[in-house]
Amino acid sequence: MSLVNANNLVKTYRAGDIEVQAIKGVDFAIERSSFVSFVGPSGSGKTTLLNMIGCLDHPTSGKLTVLDTDISTLGRREAAEFRGKHLGFVFQDFNLIPVLSAYENIEYPLLMVQSWPAEKRSQRILTLLEAVGMKDQGGKRPDQLSGGQKQRVAVARALVTNPELVLADEPTANLDHATAMRIIELMKSMRDEYGTTFVFSTHDPKIMAEAEVTFTLEDGRLQGNSNAEEVSHA
Amino acid sequence: MLNVLKMAGRNLMRYQRRTLLTSMLIVIGIVAVLLFISITGSFKSVMIGQFTDSVLGDLEVHEKGYVASIDNLPLDLNMSAAVTSKVEGTLNRDKAIAAYSPRVKLPAMFSNFTETTSIRINGIDPKMEDATCPLLRGRIVEGPKGGPLLKRGEILIPVLLARGLKLKVGDTIVLVATNREGSVNGKTFVVGGVLESISGPGGRDGYIDIADARELLRMTNPEVSEIAIRLKDPSQLNQATTALRKDISGITGKDRKPVLEVHTWADLSPFANLARMIDVMTLFIKITLVAIVLVSVMNVMIMAVYERIREIGAISAIGTPPGRIMAMFLSEGLLLGLAGTVIGTAISLATIYALNVWKISFTFGQQQNIVLAPAIGAGDVATIAILVIGMAVLASLQPAWKAARMDPIGALRHV
Repeated sequence: MSLVNANNLVKTYRAGDIEVQAIKGVDFAIERSSFVSFVGPSGSGKTTLLNMIGCLDHPTSGKLTVLDTDISTLGRREAAEFRGKHLGFVFQDFNLIPVLSAYENIEYPLLMVQSWPAEKRSQRILTLLEAVGMKDQGGKRPDQLSGGQKQRVAVARALVTNPELVLADEPTANLDHATAMRIIELMKSMRDEYGTTFVFSTHDPKIMAEAEVTFTLEDGRLQGNSNAEEVSHA
Repeated sequence: MLNVLKMAGRNLMRYQRRTLLTSMLIVIGIVAVLLFISITGSFKSVMIGQFTDSVLGDLEVHEKGYVASIDNLPLDLNMSAAVTSKVEGTLNRDKAIAAYSPRVKLPAMFSNFTETTSIRINGIDPKMEDATCPLLRGRIVEGPKGGPLLKRGEILIPVLLARGLKLKVGDTIVLVATNREGSVNGKTFVVGGVLESISGPGGRDGYIDIADARELLRMTNPEVSEIAIRLKDPSQLNQATTALRKDISGITGKDRKPVLEVHTWADLSPFANLARMIDVMTLFIKITLVAIVLVSVMNVMIMAVYERIREIGAISAIGTPPGRIMAMFLSEGLLLGLAGTVIGTAISLATIYALNVWKISFTFGQQQNIVLAPAIGAGDVATIAILVIGMAVLASLQPAWKAARMDPIGALRHV
């Protein structure tokens, strides 16, 4: 069974009398431990799709299951619980909590979302800080870190609860190319180490080449999927 | 919960100046309320003490209908010796009562042999009156302050009459009174002392021995106009009044109806209205404090939510339960209220202590140098603290609810 399954997925937004169909009946499946990207121009529906996979939004019609759970059946509270238990998020703007240090930002989900005992928590955070190359920066606050360092902390925060799936919406959009490549490499190495499935969106061709599976979206429709070799040849 | 509070504390320190200003506002409000309560409370208790301890006692027992005609000091509404004896028996058994003083009151003409004026005479048992109204002795501005309050044949006269009729201690005056049968009698007295006036009742009151009063009225039976009562604990006034009313309700007349009434000092003194006004003012000050806390904390919390919309979106997206997001913002309000309350209470208590050390005095009516002794009860402090902290949490409720209900997608998109 795939980790994520979408069947004839439709998402329609309504703004007054106007209806906008952001996703127009897409079907796809994402396997466990895969490294997947959704690519496409702005407005193609990448973020909408990621939001639905991340249980932040419900499809208008069609079926979307994540970890065998039909996400349209989840209420606000259940969705939050599901996200906290099974998913990790990396944001384009990092969205670290400015009053907390890098260490405390990574600790946040273990304290406020799950309730890990102190010793286990500390071990896990130190392991991740080392894994993302931020071992010596744990005491720094977000405003003392560079963009790349912030995103490393964000990746560590996303992984700290051992989620099955990490969703990253344009995780490299605010980074220079070299840093962006390092973040993608970091995510890949985390996938290799922990077996976590990574799904990210991007419109940077060099970044999308790093994905093992790429889904291309255009105007809310899936144009097809390709593996890494096909993308690099293209 | 500790983690939520810790997080809330960090968030409050994010905008230190704003947090400080809001806390200051709460501190100022609390200091204003606690000082107002303590100072007006002190003023109230000093003034009430002046009336109860020098004139009225805490309670008074009268024949039914006497108080309604008290301005005329009606002699036909005195308590008989038998009734007085029953009341005294009850009072002697009542453990809440510290002392009592039977009085015979009468209107009389007061003359220095050249001029004549009216006077309200209180016939008292000096020892019993001294025990019931211990401040009466303190009102003696001329004459001996030690020894017995009054001797047979002596009269304590109000300063009003002493000045008007140019009398001094040792002078002889004559009192002329009409008894209930309409018979007029006169008796000479020596001025034993001059009493300072207090505002309200007692401004034209003179004191003679109860035996002299009865002699002046040619009473064959030892009647009593009223019995003034001093309680061991004046704060138990309502309970003591209720208990006494119940106890003396059994003293009935020929028609088997109760013949006596019990009145508190508040029923008899116009100062009670002023005391009530002080209570109303205190209530309004408390309402103002509530408004200050509500508006300032709500303002801060609304701003806090508005400024952190993206952050709320992020923590919501990563799975923070809505209840915990709400708890985080409520905790911020709680900490604001708590900090303001702790600092405000500490400043208030220190100021109250300083006011007691410096001993501020004031003048009320004829009385001068009344020393203000501000004090605040633990109950008042607790009430204000709970009120402020409760209001701070209440003011955070709407912003916290808004944060908890925020759609993570919309919040993450917020610019």
